Amino acid sequence: MARTRARVAIVGAGPAGAFAAACLLRARGDAEIDLFERLPTPWGLLRGGVAPDHQEIKRLENAFDRQTLKRGCRFLGNVEVGVDVSHSELMRHYTAVIYATGAQTDKSLGIGGEELPGSWAATEFVAWYNGHPDYRDLNFDLSAQRAIVIGNGNVAADVTRMLTLSARELERTDVADHALEALRESAIEEVIVLGRRGPAQAAFTSAELRELGHLDGVDIRVDAGELELDAVSRQWLAEQGTFTARKNMELLREFAARPARASAGAGRRIELRFLRSPVQIRGTGKVEAVDVRRNEIVRADDGSLRARALDEDVETIGCGLVLRSVGYRAVPLPDVPFDDRSFVLPNERGRVRTPDGEPLHGVYAVGWIKRGPTGILGTNKRDAEETVSSLADDLKAAALPQPPNPRREQIDALLAERKPDLVTAEGWRAIDGHELERGRSERRPRVKLASRDELLAAAAVARKR
Amino acid sequence: MTYVIVGSCIKDDACIEVCPVDCIHPKVGAPDFETAEQLYIDPQVCIDCDACVEACPVDAIFADFELPEKYDYALELNEQFFGEESTAERTAA
Repeated sequence: MARTRARVAIVGAGPAGAFAAACLLRARGDAEIDLFERLPTPWGLLRGGVAPDHQEIKRLENAFDRQTLKRGCRFLGNVEVGVDVSHSELMRHYTAVIYATGAQTDKSLGIGGEELPGSWAATEFVAWYNGHPDYRDLNFDLSAQRAIVIGNGNVAADVTRMLTLSARELERTDVADHALEALRESAIEEVIVLGRRGPAQAAFTSAELRELGHLDGVDIRVDAGELELDAVSRQWLAEQGTFTARKNMELLREFAARPARASAGAGRRIELRFLRSPVQIRGTGKVEAVDVRRNEIVRADDGSLRARALDEDVETIGCGLVLRSVGYRAVPLPDVPFDDRSFVLPNERGRVRTPDGEPLHGVYAVGWIKRGPTGILGTNKRDAEETVSSLADDLKAAALPQPPNPRREQIDALLAERKPDLVTAEGWRAIDGHELERGRSERRPRVKLASRDELLAAAAVARKR
Repeated sequence: MTYVIVGSCIKDDACIEVCPVDCIHPKVGAPDFETAEQLYIDPQVCIDCDACVEACPVDAIFADFELPEKYDYALELNEQFFGEESTAERTAA
């Protein structure tokens, strides 16, 4: 059987899309891949999510570049699928479409006062300090002395670090200039991190937790009493607890045993509090305090450990900034099925299905939009391998018909008409080169262009050449 | 000596694939692979060949004598992972 040359569109150039492109090129070296991205820049949360002080992780972009763009995969940036070009138009131009759009919104707490100025999703703060062009104009009021971070995962740890790092340390990162300026002026002295469940159930990796305890000039406080585990947690830790959970407990005990610093006000403080749920955000016109209740751990019918309100007592903690970090959530895509209970594209091994369970030929999913917002960067590699293996099998079985407009020039003509300011790999290289050059002159890893206009202007330099 | 994986590991499995003596765990598909926050090198088995260092896309692997100070915890951490009962059972198989 003659192999037809596969033309594949990947929607979303974040880690899931990049791993899928790399994996597909390994499986089908003849595949023509177009990587669509609504921003002018590739690599998604690697650029816009990973914290600026974790530059070593950002090196993954070199592997992505080497394994995708340098191997002929095209980058089509500044094009939003569903807005600039529709799903059905993609299906007329490509043998297959892989959605890798991630989870673009955050979960809310569902409590009163969440909409007050000064109450934010941690992901908005992250996008702002990482120079995401859609978030640069947000105005975080850092004039209060105390901030409250709600959540016990790695995003909570990231924003806590960013609020407590010194200006000197921030200057060594690629934090966006507007954020650097605001954080330099920050009056925040204390960050209280609230965990709904207990210390044994905290979702921090031990690496992130360890970092919180080793920031230059920053005190970490944990009440030793809060580390005395209840019987349910003790049993869980001994019988089912992960290596990470045991390491986390060791680290927390070490933090709790540290002597309190003698001179108050000498530096910033982080306080970790467990078994606490926010029940109300208070303030007139802006955030002034959070009401917090205590929880206990109970074993639910399905065996999982849940937090349950212990009593009616409420503690009111004054603060001027609240960052909630209780999970990401995917949003539906135009003209593609969506499971609005699990917030994913309904799929089997990456093959997207209709709500009736029928396969939707030629449509695939990878990453958070496929499995939900779980795992770390490398998790997307195995996830991509599964989706690409489904796609490769379908190609081999000739299960995917040739699209009506199969030539590259046909999609290029459509995009040229719709998006004259489309950013190609060359455009991205011009942006990248410009940012790295500015970084060299300021002795920083990179100085980001953080507005769409600046990014497009830098990319246009490549177009004129 | 041995090589050591530090906390910036993203669980890209490239190191597992290139390791000639299978000393990097948990392996893809092992029961604790999904819950592990990083991969670990068994210092008792590592033959110091350098293959994993070359393969790591985020430079998260170091020779023990070149471990940067901020990762000084990692040597003990890698060793401890293999001291866990469950790990010992699994890697013996």
